Amino acid sequence: MTLVTTERPTTERPTTGRLVDQFQLGLDAPICLTWELTYACNLACVHCLSSSGRRDPRELSTAECKTLIDEFERMQIFYVNIGGGEPTIRRDFWELVDYATDHHVGVKFSTNGSRITPEVAERLASSDYVDVQISLDGATSDVNDAIRGIGSFDTAIRAMERMAAAGFVGFKLSVVVTRQNVSQLDAFKALADKYQAQLRLTRLRPSGRGADVWDELHPAADQQRTLYAWLLAHGEQVLTGDSFFHLAGYGESLPGLNLCGAGRVVCLVDPLGDVYACPFAIHDEFLAGNVRSPGGFDRVWKSSDLFTDLRRPDTGGACRSCGSYDACRGGCMAAKFFTGLPLDGPDPECVLGNGEALLAAVGDTVLPQSSPDHSRTSPRTAPGGPDLSGPSGTPVAMALLPRRPDRACDENPLAAFDPHSHPH
Amino acid sequence: MPPTVPTGTTSFDSSLPWALHPQVSLRPESFGALAYHFGTRRLSFLKSPTLLAVVSSLAAQPTGRDACTAAGVAPDDLPNYERALTTLAESGMICERRAP
Repeated sequence: MTLVTTERPTTERPTTGRLVDQFQLGLDAPICLTWELTYACNLACVHCLSSSGRRDPRELSTAECKTLIDEFERMQIFYVNIGGGEPTIRRDFWELVDYATDHHVGVKFSTNGSRITPEVAERLASSDYVDVQISLDGATSDVNDAIRGIGSFDTAIRAMERMAAAGFVGFKLSVVVTRQNVSQLDAFKALADKYQAQLRLTRLRPSGRGADVWDELHPAADQQRTLYAWLLAHGEQVLTGDSFFHLAGYGESLPGLNLCGAGRVVCLVDPLGDVYACPFAIHDEFLAGNVRSPGGFDRVWKSSDLFTDLRRPDTGGACRSCGSYDACRGGCMAAKFFTGLPLDGPDPECVLGNGEALLAAVGDTVLPQSSPDHSRTSPRTAPGGPDLSGPSGTPVAMALLPRRPDRACDENPLAAFDPHSHPH
Repeated sequence: MPPTVPTGTTSFDSSLPWALHPQVSLRPESFGALAYHFGTRRLSFLKSPTLLAVVSSLAAQPTGRDACTAAGVAPDDLPNYERALTTLAESGMICERRAP
């Protein structure tokens, strides 16, 4: 399968009409750019989109990061979503945050909270240009720690306490909705309210290590309807990053653009400077170029073959005749790709059930896997990997198995930093 | 000194002087512009190049209505533009301008 075709009909850009039609054709610069700063992480979440763990020795240097920020400023990219890995692990993290905000590029970064000390919280609270997302995937430690590792619930709660104590109002509590936590939506909302944070819910994608656990973790059909009703009831109070537009097939659209923004208004820059169409599509098939190449990020965004191709109008493919196509637009490209479904057909979680039938037909076909894998232990290959089909049907906590580093740079950069002693 | 003294969230009165909020950046796009408020972290869309011209000229014009006229908004279209400016005022993207 290839996304790039040689014939690319040029489309006249309409000057009026719905914004969604404009966005489909792409913008001069992304609205929302995710920048994974490092693949290094002190956790080993079972659903990690970027298969993070070990630092990659080829990651962008401080100077290269600053050059990239200069480019973001020239392109008037208002803010970047920084993630990883655990981005605060980079020694130059705060230097880069300061450099970005000094150059009119706002920063929103995602963290597991392990480095949010009282001093860091104070510092964050005093900046207008930095926003923080603390990741938590269960409203209770048993549900969370089964996904994110033992002790990670306490770490995140402690970080939220510190943020609240420092007076940072409106930071984000970021939750990936799973089969195990979908019953905790009200509890997540209460947690966010307690710390004066805003709840952000996003969709579980079968990307990175998420592919290994998607079957066990993705919400069941009846849970999707519950989620949809809950999201409708809470409207713009709860952020979703436009994550759940596939649910629009139930009828009413959720707040947001309701459009796959990959390569059109969204993209991902990975720690090595590789530019992918979206944060959920780290695979050669969706690799548009590298910021280190001549022309830099600007050229990749504006004229890479892949992005040009993604900006062609959708044909709708197998979904064309479906009455819900205008609402859900066929769902998430990455979710289809990593579950082996055709990109111009229904989403695997299509609310009308069209995806399930196709998934059954995919059967045991070898599925595409995210290209770079920086896991410290690969669940795909490690014989002692996590058994996710525990007797109660809930995932079993993934132990953070120590492994001798192959080389100096493989060593967990937080080796000397131990917020909780992880039982092995 | 900041170019304006923000007065916070307010409704729009076209007979008053207005300006873009000092924490807002505009990025022109073919459909109009994106506006991002660094204080509230909200993104808004200006859905026409004319609206972008209106918003860009607010600070230089004595009133909101003058900014519309200067950008070439026809009298019949004024209510549409005033509605758009009301939305921008309510989200704090533009604010009433006072003599510094």
